[in-house]
Amino acid sequence: MTATTEHIEREVAIVPPKDHTPVIRSLDPSDFPTPTSRDEEFRFTPMSKLRDLHKGDVPTTGGVAIAVNKVPGATFELTSAKTGERQGFTDKIAAGAWANVDSVSTLTISADAQLEESVVVSVVGSGAVSYGQLDINVEKFAKAVVIVDHIGDATYAGNIDINVADGASICVVSLQDWDAKAVHLAQHRITLGRDSSAKHVLITLGGEVVRILPSVVYTAPGGQAELFGLYFASAGQHAEHRLFVDHSQANCRSNVVYKGALDGEDAHTVWVGDVLIRANAVGTDTYEINRNLVLSGGGRADSVPNLEIETGEIVGAGHASTTGRFDDEQLFYLQSRGITPDEARKLVLRGFFEDLLGQISVPEINDRVRTSIETRLGGHI
Amino acid sequence: MSVIEIKGLTVQVTTEDGPKDILRGVDLTVKAGEVHALMGPNGSGKSTLAYAIAGHPKYSITGGSVTLDGQDVLAMSVDERARAGLFLAMQYPVEVPGVSISNFLRTSITAIRGEAPNLRHWIKELKESMAGLQIDPQFAERNVNEGFSGGERKRTEILQMELIHPKIAVLDETDSGLDVDALRVVSEGINRVCAKGETGVLLITHFTRILKYVKPDFVHVFYDGRIVREGGSELADEIEANGYAQFVTA
Ligand SMILES: Nc1ncnc2c1ncn2[C@@H]1O[C@H](COP(=O)(O)OP(=O)(O)OP(=O)(O)O)[C@@H](O)[C@H]1O
Ligand SMILES: [Mg+2]
Repeated sequence: MTATTEHIEREVAIVPPKDHTPVIRSLDPSDFPTPTSRDEEFRFTPMSKLRDLHKGDVPTTGGVAIAVNKVPGATFELTSAKTGERQGFTDKIAAGAWANVDSVSTLTISADAQLEESVVVSVVGSGAVSYGQLDINVEKFAKAVVIVDHIGDATYAGNIDINVADGASICVVSLQDWDAKAVHLAQHRITLGRDSSAKHVLITLGGEVVRILPSVVYTAPGGQAELFGLYFASAGQHAEHRLFVDHSQANCRSNVVYKGALDGEDAHTVWVGDVLIRANAVGTDTYEINRNLVLSGGGRADSVPNLEIETGEIVGAGHASTTGRFDDEQLFYLQSRGITPDEARKLVLRGFFEDLLGQISVPEINDRVRTSIETRLGGHI
Repeated sequence: MSVIEIKGLTVQVTTEDGPKDILRGVDLTVKAGEVHALMGPNGSGKSTLAYAIAGHPKYSITGGSVTLDGQDVLAMSVDERARAGLFLAMQYPVEVPGVSISNFLRTSITAIRGEAPNLRHWIKELKESMAGLQIDPQFAERNVNEGFSGGERKRTEILQMELIHPKIAVLDETDSGLDVDALRVVSEGINRVCAKGETGVLLITHFTRILKYVKPDFVHVFYDGRIVREGGSELADEIEANGYAQFVTA
């Protein structure tokens, strides 16, 4: 293996405002045409492996088991009625999930509550086709960490809507630690109030196909979003993360860091980072970076940063994307100190994710992620 | 008493224009307790020799032999060579992002000694070594060589040598880039290891200034991929005074 590193730092031009309203926004899957791989949004997606979830009409064959720990300041409810206002989704999969879901899970973090303990929503699949809708409502000036832990096997389309009220602060970690055969498709929609902040973390380790679309909308000035992602795809796995940050308010910040490693034949990862700074979003500060490490032959990492800027009156905007292989010189250095090739690769891989785990800084996640990655490395490394 | 014996070693590198001969028959024997200085002009192949001994995959051995206490070094993998007792302090130590010095050293020591060191002893040992080399204790938590200055990297190489306590240490221009104080500190570190009498040192250098602290028993002049002259420390002074031209015609 030779060390190859590509680095893309594209020039960013200021473009005139465009109409960015999605073509269709609806809660009804029949309003959408069935997506195909010719659609821009699906061009990297293995449509044949989605088990028809993209058609929006596959009936439920069983549920996922949801359990939540009790934490003072947080309340969890399951309701069968789909009441209340909800913004339409932007694709057939998400609308299909909404149309087919039996009950809505609502987690509310009470106003002013500062949760001492993380809320853990555990989602356990049992192999069935199932749907989910989780609403995380963070009331004014509340502060909490929520971990949504997906395990087991499932064919699952489940959306998460995260509503962060003025002055509130939330960290949501969604862990995709599925068994090898799971398919998981989701939209995570974050809505940020005035001076609120959200840290959103996707950790995708398991599943045959995982495709998650996080989005951030600012409803007032002063919002801050940190979007972190850590993914590991081994042979035959497809892990896709497409995010959209819509800067439509003044003086908001976003920081996106996604890092992934690929190991084995046909491992495929996709990262698309769309950041839009609208004409009125003066004082915006945004940066996004995606780094991929290909551990062994045959893996493919697609990485598409996309920054669109309609105003020059911003604090900063930047993006970067790198994809590299194991650095032979690093491995040689470690081995020349007696460390076996396997152990050397593990050290380098752990090191690759270490700064990101530091930024994520949810202690109960770190050990779990390290262990899971090393287990999944199996005999490859 | 350990001994490394290099006989008739020839080495190639692969370049865009095909293989290129770099080492053209190197003969050298270094025994534990001895200090050998290897001096030679830029590009003469000193680092190539060091890397070939350590087993860097970029260099292919086309002839000759290297043995450590009779064992065939060339048949060993890189990590096996290190565990057998070879150590290379690199001319350009590599950064390893995300891996802390303390984690790296503990992993290395565990591999080399064959068992994890007793934690309490280990922390004490590490602290003492770092103090001896005047390395700030905070470096233990920094990532390997990441953002280290040239001199800090060299000190850290000697820290590793001291902890690993190898049979044979090849130090590739460890003195380059050191300020006068660092040179003294690093030299003392090398001498501490030498004083135990169990390590043979091959010191690759361009300058006699380190040889004022670390006294060589032998000086070898390297030119165009082979040793062209051998002698005592007076040879180093001769080089300093007159350069390498005298050896070309020799
Ligand atoms: N990959 C390579 N392709 C072409 N030439 C190479 C390659 N690697 C090494 N060489 C050449 O081999 C020769 C010996 O290099 P080496 O690094 O061993 O020299 P050195 O004696 O250590 O020099 P210095 O004193 O500058 O450190 C040089 O001419 C160098 O350019
Ligand atoms: Mg050199």
